[in-house]
Amino acid sequence: MPDFNVRSDSVNVEQIMEQIRARIREKRGVDYTEQQIRELAAVKLEKFLDPRAVRSDLLNEFRRGDPDPNYAFEDDTIFRSTRGVVQIIRRLLAPVLKLFFNPNPLIHVLHMQSQINDLNASRHQLYYELIHNLVVETTRLGIEVKNLRMRVESLDARVDFSERRGRALEGAVLYRPQGEDEREAAGPSPITPPERSSSRASFSAGAAAQVAPSGPAGTGGQGPGPSAESSGQRSKRRRRRRGRRGGAPAASVMGSPAGSPQGTMPPAPPAPSAPSAPGAPDSAAPTPPSDSGSAGDVPGHGGSDDEQ
Amino acid sequence: MKLAVVVQRYGQAINGGAELHARYIAEHLARHAEVDVLTTYASDYVTWRNEPGPAHERINGIPVRRFHVEHERDLLAFSRQSAHVFQKRHSFADELRWLDTEGPASPALVNHIAAHAGSYDFCLFFSYRYYQAYHGARAAAGRAVLVPTAERDPAIGLALFQSLFRGVRALMYNSPEEQAMIQAVSSNYAVPGVVVGVGSEVPQHPQPDRFRQKFGVEGRFAIYVGRIDENKGCKELFEFFEGYARDVYGQLSLLLIGQSLLPSPRHPRIRHLGFLDDIDKFDAMAAADLLIIPSYFESLSMVALEAWALGRPVVANGKCDVLKGQCLRSNAGLCYESYAEFLAVIQSLERNRRLGAALGANGRRFFREHYAWPVIERKYLDVFERLEREPAQSTMEPLPPWIARRRRNLPPAQDVMARLPKGASVTRGEEPAAAGLRS
Repeated sequence: MPDFNVRSDSVNVEQIMEQIRARIREKRGVDYTEQQIRELAAVKLEKFLDPRAVRSDLLNEFRRGDPDPNYAFEDDTIFRSTRGVVQIIRRLLAPVLKLFFNPNPLIHVLHMQSQINDLNASRHQLYYELIHNLVVETTRLGIEVKNLRMRVESLDARVDFSERRGRALEGAVLYRPQGEDEREAAGPSPITPPERSSSRASFSAGAAAQVAPSGPAGTGGQGPGPSAESSGQRSKRRRRRRGRRGGAPAASVMGSPAGSPQGTMPPAPPAPSAPSAPGAPDSAAPTPPSDSGSAGDVPGHGGSDDEQ
Repeated sequence: MKLAVVVQRYGQAINGGAELHARYIAEHLARHAEVDVLTTYASDYVTWRNEPGPAHERINGIPVRRFHVEHERDLLAFSRQSAHVFQKRHSFADELRWLDTEGPASPALVNHIAAHAGSYDFCLFFSYRYYQAYHGARAAAGRAVLVPTAERDPAIGLALFQSLFRGVRALMYNSPEEQAMIQAVSSNYAVPGVVVGVGSEVPQHPQPDRFRQKFGVEGRFAIYVGRIDENKGCKELFEFFEGYARDVYGQLSLLLIGQSLLPSPRHPRIRHLGFLDDIDKFDAMAAADLLIIPSYFESLSMVALEAWALGRPVVANGKCDVLKGQCLRSNAGLCYESYAEFLAVIQSLERNRRLGAALGANGRRFFREHYAWPVIERKYLDVFERLEREPAQSTMEPLPPWIARRRRNLPPAQDVMARLPKGASVTRGEEPAAAGLRS
């Protein structure tokens, strides 16, 4: 939520609330008011209660405004009359009537029935309310899901774009090792093998254009370096490096069983099977020795060591 | 001048809104007049059970006289009677029965008022909806000044209170919204009325660090002060705050202060400290980033005024007209009416400290101008002076005759309430009726 520009004497709560509501509308996209949601829900409710789909009279049943007919039945209901005289006479004769039969259970039962009718009427209203509220909530959730879907799509596009941009940048930056730049800055070599210059040119063009589908761009970065050295020189350098490390393979230092790579890292693939960057000459790919099994010899790691 | 303050419960340990309001007013008016408090032995507002205690005592220098409650509240009967008068067509007798079941039914208190009203210049009755206010004000009609503390609940729609609002000498309203509602329901435009409210005993120098040290509170937090009750909107507050706490950038915790009638959620950022004394409460409010008031029904939020007196912004439930009106008039609080707004408002105040500070400064000014004790006392004294000068504009209407009282011709109170005008009064910077009496 961005800051509001406020001074204590100029704060206007109404304006701030309006800004907040506007921001909520922006975030949500379409901002439905409670009334609009209810209208939408009403439409859905009518669809749900479509007489063709559900029951011919269900919609009318639910929409009927009038409560179910009922009657009020009190203790003296059966003795009442619109004529006062008759009512008085009935009351006077009530004890006589009670000699013939006991009207109390009858009154009690009818009174209870009246109450049950009331209860049922209120339950019908409750069911209608319940269904209505469910539909309102479903509508609200539907709108929210729609908005969220739009946001996910938008975020997906942005992530995709960022990923592609990141890969392109990585490829462009990691391609040029520092040593090479220094050598270039010192001046062109009097004896330049034509293959190397052509390979650099072709790789450079390729790297700028390519987006590697898998694996780090550094894999391709090792291409041009070793091509200037003979395989004997590379083996000597590798042996020297192993000597400096005390002869123990990196895997054993890290705690893995000697001779096997740690964790799930696969054994170093032979160089020819490693995918080479498009545009790079085959001769540029480093060829690891046949006994390579340490992590330091995984293509891309050892090569970059050599360059640094 | 001699005054009687009549209230349903009274005591230092009683912190209900209207009761605290009555105590503050009694203690402050005692500087200008001789004040007696007439109340009951009850301290529990649910049952109105008589508690043991002296009939006469002095609390903070104010003489208090207590009267027995005739019967405790029968909750089942009260609930049944409430449903009847609020939801169905009913008679005046039904409403009187409802009032009797609501309590605190103390005929002894009413008899005392009837016998001794003449010895007071004015009798101040608090909370229109209780037994002692209705019957007491009728007994002391010519001297009755009512502090209704009315909320927008169905009781306002009962017919028996309409004659009460028309029959007292004057009304001291808590807010313009309350005034508008009562005038709409009873058409008591002839009765003098003024929006007063109440002040608060806010310490000049609260110590937030002391609170943090005492209760081991770290970091920024929002605070809720009051009864933790579903009726006060706390359930909704918990839901909303748990939603806010899911936001990774949200840093605020929620501290709850007050007696709990609703279990607090088990959440690492929601903490209930229980009931605190005033010193700790004000220290806590001073340490808080903001105060949240989730209540749907208020006649005046004293806790909002206290927060403003301490320079803290308020976040209030905008569905309550009174709270919304208070926030708009003071320019010192933000409102929410949905979860999205709650989230946005809290995040705004959390991320923009200048906004909180500006709102707090406005609140402090609003409190000083309208709710400082000298202002409140002056308004009361002005009303008394005017009432002494002028004859009574209206008299208390007699109860309907026996037959008319039993005629079921009164509409459900809920329907009456639903027809009353809604909305906050937004006259900015001042309480509309603060400048003078409305009559």
